[in-house]
Amino acid sequence: MSAFSAINEEREIERDEFTPGIEPQATWCPGCGDFGVLKALKQAMPEVGKNPDEVALFTGIGCSGKLNSYFNSYGFHTIHGRSLPVARAAKLANPNLEVIAAGGDGDGYGIGGNHTIHTARENHDMTYIVFNNEIFGLTKGQTSPTSPKGHKSKTQPHGSAKSPIRPLSQQLNAGATYIARTAAVNPNQAKEIIAEAIEHDGFAHIDFLTQCPTWNKDAKHYVPYTDVQQSDEFDFDVSDRAEAAEMMRKTEERLYEGEVLTGRMYVDDSRPSYGEEKRQIGEMPEEPLAERYFDEDAEWERTYDNLLEHHK
Amino acid sequence: MTDNELIWRIAGGSGDGIDSTSQNFAKALMWSGLNVFTHRHYPSRIRGGHTYVEVRAKDEPVQSRGDGYNFLLALGDSFARNPQEEAYYGKEELKPLYENFDDLREGGVLLYDEGLLDDEDVDEIGLEEAAEENNWHVVPMDLRGIAKEHGREIMRNTAGIGATAAILDISTDEFEKLIKQNMSGDMQEANLNVLHDAYEAASELDVDHDIEVPEGSHDEEQVILSGSNAISYGAIDEGCRFISGYPMTPWTDVFTIMSQHLPEFGGISEQVEDEIAAAALALGASHAGVKAMSGSSGGGFALMSEPLGLAEMTETPIVLVEAMRAGPSTGMPTKPEQADLEHVLYTSQGDSARVVFAPANIRECYTQTRSAFRIAYEYQIPAIVIYDQKIQGELRNLPASHFDEEPNADPGSVLTEEEIQDAAHHSSGKFQRFLHEPEDGSNVSPRSVPGQKDGRFLATGNEHNPSGHISEDPENRVAQMNRRLNKLDDIRADLDENTSHQTYHGPDEADYGILVWGSQQGTVFEAVDRLNENGHSVKALGVSDMAPYPKEEVSEWLESVDEALVVEMNATAQFRGLTQKELGKYGDKMSSLLKYNGNPFEPAEIVDGFESSIDGEELAASNMKYLPAAGD
Repeated sequence: MSAFSAINEEREIERDEFTPGIEPQATWCPGCGDFGVLKALKQAMPEVGKNPDEVALFTGIGCSGKLNSYFNSYGFHTIHGRSLPVARAAKLANPNLEVIAAGGDGDGYGIGGNHTIHTARENHDMTYIVFNNEIFGLTKGQTSPTSPKGHKSKTQPHGSAKSPIRPLSQQLNAGATYIARTAAVNPNQAKEIIAEAIEHDGFAHIDFLTQCPTWNKDAKHYVPYTDVQQSDEFDFDVSDRAEAAEMMRKTEERLYEGEVLTGRMYVDDSRPSYGEEKRQIGEMPEEPLAERYFDEDAEWERTYDNLLEHHK
Repeated sequence: MTDNELIWRIAGGSGDGIDSTSQNFAKALMWSGLNVFTHRHYPSRIRGGHTYVEVRAKDEPVQSRGDGYNFLLALGDSFARNPQEEAYYGKEELKPLYENFDDLREGGVLLYDEGLLDDEDVDEIGLEEAAEENNWHVVPMDLRGIAKEHGREIMRNTAGIGATAAILDISTDEFEKLIKQNMSGDMQEANLNVLHDAYEAASELDVDHDIEVPEGSHDEEQVILSGSNAISYGAIDEGCRFISGYPMTPWTDVFTIMSQHLPEFGGISEQVEDEIAAAALALGASHAGVKAMSGSSGGGFALMSEPLGLAEMTETPIVLVEAMRAGPSTGMPTKPEQADLEHVLYTSQGDSARVVFAPANIRECYTQTRSAFRIAYEYQIPAIVIYDQKIQGELRNLPASHFDEEPNADPGSVLTEEEIQDAAHHSSGKFQRFLHEPEDGSNVSPRSVPGQKDGRFLATGNEHNPSGHISEDPENRVAQMNRRLNKLDDIRADLDENTSHQTYHGPDEADYGILVWGSQQGTVFEAVDRLNENGHSVKALGVSDMAPYPKEEVSEWLESVDEALVVEMNATAQFRGLTQKELGKYGDKMSSLLKYNGNPFEPAEIVDGFESSIDGEELAASNMKYLPAAGD
């Protein structure tokens, strides 16, 4: 038996394998959009042929962070905004893992915004799902980085003077190579996008619109939505950066005008992932680093064998 | 007391090659059979400004800087000749000369590069009067001119070495060997010519002085390296193959060394966006089954507080390095201090379970980093190696055999897939990663890593039950808390049994004790020797384990003395406070000698401080502080 036999196991994968069993019961509010992410994620797994033992899911803090509890895989529920740096290193340590990270709009666009930009810039081979409900949910309804301008909350009683962040455009500029927006109310599209994102060799960013029926009652439930790939109105080439940028601009503007545009926004299959680039310049081992610790035949060099020569 | 030693100080501007020249000088002296130790002083400036390095050489092992120095090579600051800068900084090119007046011993030699300085300016700084007063042997030489004759003025460093050799009557053989080793072609030839010309020119001057360069020989092959080298090599030898960091002085040293060498050892280095990310990456790599480290200095380490707590709660092993510099806030970036001890012990929320080691010298930088990794991975706990800017850059020779140890790639308590199949699983299918009572009777729960078959678990910063599910059940909480904290007792017992990091110095029985931690240990030991020669009855204990604290050892030692002086480089006596807190008494027995002006102690300062303290006199020196015993 190898150290990581679950990886690349050849067999039929069932959706139910990703349900953790009798506990815990989901504590999301009734009608929460987060259920849509969980369902789409579970549905995507058989499509990409991944089994629970080879998937490592990293989450931040907030309602989205509970995803780990309801999704059966290796999990790391980290700290607010920090899921991406933890996930990145796990991928570098063992590139054979299927690494998925998830967080909310506060988590990914606020407190962890720096990490989000840099992970996209480096184009790590992983999938990042941001549960975007335009509100802080678990802390009971404060304004978030994606709340619309003028949004009133207990912490911004006079209405926010800030314009919302534009995550799609931001991630395009940062360097993500797969960018999409989907919504909990659109389960088939969500499943397909998650499956594509996982199979994409590079950083895939999914802005996942998730309604918050408890704290964002006035806000839309993101229906009706338009799938930009299915609509004749939007004829653009997802691999063309300029056209993608224009599409994102429209998508982000119109969201706050009440029109929900979803779909693949940008797909670049040409750029190698970060791990591959690092390997090419000689800064990543050929074999997964983690394997070496379990390989009885691995030879462990000492500094005595060569480095000390310089000091003699 | 200061006979038979050479303390050679080279001074110049940052960027003038002072550091590399001193390294070569120290290496050549080591090759000639001497023991060497360097002390480095530099400003937080890239180019220009006053910087110096001392090389202390003796025939016996050296573990401290000395009291002052007896040979100055002042090169002049080549970056300070811009008239605009002069308006701003003053006559900086003179600084390497006059800023070093204070510590040059009586009868010392002062060799300066007159090629860079105007005679009038030199007159103004009072060199003549100072030399007369201190019986200095002043030797002006046009080192720059000699260098330029053979090409470029940057080679004036080599000229300085050649002149030094002639004045001290040291053979140039070892210097030639170094030049041949490090350079080739025209550069090699030019430097050899400069070395010889300067040697010849200085020989003709026939300087009369009393410095006797000792002679020595080594029984076995030596290496010369810095604390940062030793920490990096300890990490590599203990199987560390992943480092993540963000540059910050003086931590950058370890980060740079590791980044340069890890790929050739099959490892990975990542420079990332900030220190929060740096620590988080180390956690992610360790979670995935790799031995990982990160680190920073004060302000950067502050950002690591949150991931450090996550490592504690998820029992993910990592090693963090904290290279102290003077604080608070950005403080003095290039000056040493030992004032981050409390920061490292207590940062992050909750009741913490972490290990903190404070190596006292280059030897311990290697062994304790190895201990830090072994403990972290065996006990699934974060370990911190705290050292300071002094050890970071100082060079010392050691027998090469000190590093001839087997590598340890064992990732600790990680199970194989076969073992996972036989281990306890929750009814939800999750592996019982955080068992209250592990089967082997230890407090260390079995561990799997992602990708292993049927080893799934949830690591979370929330309190959790054995399978990793979030839980606020009171009984579970207490069981998990106790297990995590009880590891510290196990680690203390393990260290006592396997690797004692504490160092005793001086006679077994003495009336007085000096307690010291970290980089000041060697200086204290040298002071203790002198105090005993002066007729005092003193011994010392160097403590290198900060957490878990070696309570028994320190208690026994404190019981054996009437009074103890605690020496440390900070203003608030942090280590003394820790000792009193851990032992719950001895507050009336311990007083403090503190220094926090950016320069480490010299042995004579500790001698003076000790003598004033036992005589109940006020400290004569204003650069130190005496803090009396405070009661229990």
